[in-house]
Amino acid sequence: MENLSYRYSAPRRAGGSKPLALVGVVASGNLEVLVERVLPDTECQLEIKTAAEGFGPVWAAVTSDFVARRAAGGLKLSINDGGARPDTVALRLAQAVRVIEGDEQ
Amino acid sequence: MNASTIEASAPSHVLRSQGVSWYEASARQRIDLLLDAGTFKEYIGPEQREHSPHLQVFDLPEQFDDGIAVGRGMLAGAPVFIAAQEGRFMGGAFGEVHGAKLTGLLRAARDLGSIPVLILFDTGGVRLQEANAGELAIAEIMRALIEARTAGVKVIGLIGGRAGCYGGGGLIAGCCSALAVSEQGRISVSGPEVIETNRGVEEFDSKDRALVWRTMGGKHRRLLGGADAFSDDSIDAFRETALALIASTPGFGIEVLKAEQARLASRLDRFGTCGDAVDIWKAEGLSDAQAEAVPAMPAPDFITLANKVQEARHDAR
Amino acid sequence: MTLDDILSSLFPRGHDVQNDHGVLTGSGPLQGGGRAAVIGIAGRTPLGVDDAIRLSGRVIDVIERGGKDPILVLLDSDSQRMSKRDELLGLSEFLAHLAKCLIHADMQGHHTVGLLYGHTAAGAFIATAMATRSLVALPGATPAVMDLPSMSKVTKLSIEVLEEKAKSTPVFAPGLDNMAQTGAVLAIWDDKASLAKQLQSLLDQAPGSGDQRGQLGKSRKGRLKAADIAERVHQLATGHV
Repeated sequence: MENLSYRYSAPRRAGGSKPLALVGVVASGNLEVLVERVLPDTECQLEIKTAAEGFGPVWAAVTSDFVARRAAGGLKLSINDGGARPDTVALRLAQAVRVIEGDEQ
Repeated sequence: MNASTIEASAPSHVLRSQGVSWYEASARQRIDLLLDAGTFKEYIGPEQREHSPHLQVFDLPEQFDDGIAVGRGMLAGAPVFIAAQEGRFMGGAFGEVHGAKLTGLLRAARDLGSIPVLILFDTGGVRLQEANAGELAIAEIMRALIEARTAGVKVIGLIGGRAGCYGGGGLIAGCCSALAVSEQGRISVSGPEVIETNRGVEEFDSKDRALVWRTMGGKHRRLLGGADAFSDDSIDAFRETALALIASTPGFGIEVLKAEQARLASRLDRFGTCGDAVDIWKAEGLSDAQAEAVPAMPAPDFITLANKVQEARHDAR
Repeated sequence: MTLDDILSSLFPRGHDVQNDHGVLTGSGPLQGGGRAAVIGIAGRTPLGVDDAIRLSGRVIDVIERGGKDPILVLLDSDSQRMSKRDELLGLSEFLAHLAKCLIHADMQGHHTVGLLYGHTAAGAFIATAMATRSLVALPGATPAVMDLPSMSKVTKLSIEVLEEKAKSTPVFAPGLDNMAQTGAVLAIWDDKASLAKQLQSLLDQAPGSGDQRGQLGKSRKGRLKAADIAERVHQLATGHV
């Protein structure tokens, strides 16, 4: 198992006021994202646990892309990865923000 | 965490639970859409990070809730306890933490005495990586369940997910006050592959889906009396069925056990030499044409047929 | 010890336990007075619908008679019977019914004691031994959830790898020591001493309140989370009325 951790400065705060949200399932090709509003508005942290070792650069790319595109300030996103592809990860991260912002009910 | 933080699959302009497939839904979607909107309060939610301590040694990923969400909510305005297994995480299998959450919920129900429990089964049985803890969890759940029923609590099982209700899950289901099952649901102790390995493909071809469903699937279980109600695959239908079962199921005690003994003994007498489910259905009074039509029969027609053939028993289980 | 040896040691004054093709039924006098009802499976027989219904019927007889006779469940079984017929007829209901009867009997004052003297596995284990209040075993008994070769096939890990991992945790591999450490087995009896005495001693102990196995597993460091998680959920659920 590999534990990866990324901390970014986030240009915009995630909207809404929900304290936490959960999306996804830990299954083959899938992942779960627990998102908690616990950081200062200008920071975003991602903690990843994955059984697929050696993909650090890919996670770094996906997560930095995510923080650049989405308003993720104030959020800590904790991931349990079941071997998802990068595009699935990106979708889940975006979904996690939508749910904690309250856009998805 | 509460219901509004859970992902949902239906757009908000559609009636919340209508037309949403139970089979396709996640455990949390089922809870969210089964219960009255926004009423779910979870106990030991994923943010507590109480995952399994036993998977790391196998290099297997954990899930924050260890594959089950338990808590309390409202169903048609009345309180219920609810537990939903996530069948896509490790096959919904019972591990130490997973099982303990349900054990604690049932013990609470026992002590309060007045709040029914809904168990949304979606499980392959014991999680092998924690086999002994899983087996113990199942035994502790069964004990707590019977203690709760003895205290007057209705424990209703809902079965219709991807993993079915296998192994120890099937035994827990057999302890419930009543069961609702859909077409997709399966209830069995041994799985199809295991029977084939043990007895050979001539006795049981695990790849013959029609055979698997005739033997273990929701429609057969309803016709046999293994399940009390058949539900369409929608969350809406399961909700209506759950409400009906909460209102109608028997209590528990020696009279119910005696009735159950008689019911099962009679089943062996009547069907003990039947070779296939179709033989059982015909012995119960289905015509050849009806028996052949069962697998493809839509839910409303099947429910009508089943009610004619096998009246739901309210005095045994 | 053979089954006859075990029965003689349990009931030195005689007993009426019969073995009908692997199904044990009968009773015997207790050292401290009264009688124990006996049911069980012998000869490593798989537990299917036909035998399960006989055992549950016997337990119901005991409950109906009233009184506080303990029920002894002797066990040398295979797993549940793995056949098309058993599943077709609803084996899960028959096994659950047996467990329900045992649990109800115990709640009605019939102390249920499982005595594992041979093998048992999987669904048979849950429906019999694990449905008793006090599960004890003789040395050499071999309880299992699943045998290692089958576990190896399902997990796709070699037996050697599984055996290696089993050295660091009692939580998955078969065996009496693991079942004791996780809290499933209360005690391993001395097969050189009188079983009647050990049984009486067990029956004389004051019953704990409720299912003790979680606490036992915690104190023996075999299951560190179960008791606490269950208690936390229990507290949360009963505190929010």
